[in-house]
Amino acid sequence: MSEAAQKDRVAIQVNGEPRSVSAGCSIAAMLGELGLDPRKVAVERNLEVVPRSTLGEVEVKDGDAFEIVHFVGGG
Amino acid sequence: MNAPQPVAADSWTVAGRTFTSRLIVGTGKYKSFEENAAAVEASGAEIVTVAVRRVNIADPKQPMLTDFIDPKKVTYLPNTAGCFTADEAIRTLRLAREAGGWSLVKLEVLGEARTLYPDMRETLKATEVLVKEGFEPMVYCVDDPIAARQLEEAGAVAIMPLGAPIGSGLGIQNRVTVRLIVEGAGVPVLVDAGVGTASDAAVAMELGCDGVLMNTAIAEAKDPVMMARAMKSAVEAGRLAYLAGRMGKRRYADPSSPLAGLI
Repeated sequence: MSEAAQKDRVAIQVNGEPRSVSAGCSIAAMLGELGLDPRKVAVERNLEVVPRSTLGEVEVKDGDAFEIVHFVGGG
Repeated sequence: MNAPQPVAADSWTVAGRTFTSRLIVGTGKYKSFEENAAAVEASGAEIVTVAVRRVNIADPKQPMLTDFIDPKKVTYLPNTAGCFTADEAIRTLRLAREAGGWSLVKLEVLGEARTLYPDMRETLKATEVLVKEGFEPMVYCVDDPIAARQLEEAGAVAIMPLGAPIGSGLGIQNRVTVRLIVEGAGVPVLVDAGVGTASDAAVAMELGCDGVLMNTAIAEAKDPVMMARAMKSAVEAGRLAYLAGRMGKRRYADPSSPLAGLI
């Protein structure tokens, strides 16, 4: 990746793994980049739950740590 | 003669929601989503438990449970399986509420991996916090009538004592305490964990429980769909037997045919 391209990216953690997404993007856009359907997941950002209604507004910041979860089989 | 009570008229209510099926089934340990969905269908369950886990970001297009069991048709009851502290359980359920958008949840805070026995101190603490945050927790707990009463006082919407350790299939080990919990509770009581086969589910219902929650007994049966049917019948049979009121026990025989008129 060129230096210019890297400038446009922010480094984040998603489910414990390092990732990068476009600078200035919303959490909804980040989910899109990751290939996830926002209607099927819940997002925690730096240990705070992000309300579904604000996913399109909250901007992803450099160094953010996200947990993205969904429902799986369980007893 | 009394008119027979129609079975369909029987229902139970938890946190203002009314259900006709008294069987809640888990969605873990199935060989496939298809088998899981078929078992849920056969069980007649209106509530299924689900776990909250990280999405696989390496393969985001993997099929999801919600593609096979429609949350609009079956009530998803998110659990806190795998949580060993109140804080972990609360964090999990906050996310679950955001993922599903509802407040009815199953709280379980485990004490140790070997027995998966509940940690009641953490469970009670989590119940108090969750209720303050507007959750309606159905709470997995020990088969202890005093602990059950404390949970109810803390705002648990259902008390769910274990019949035996999770996944053990050993059946209802302590009928006396389950019965005491039922007698003392002002909220629904469901046996959660320990059921191994249909007769265990019937026992729970005959004790007066409002319902039974199970996962492994169906998922690990050789034919899970057939076992799901068996459990449906057993829960209904146990409930009817409870409502009918069983005969008294005698120490010795009592003939069913008249003694008079013997040749």
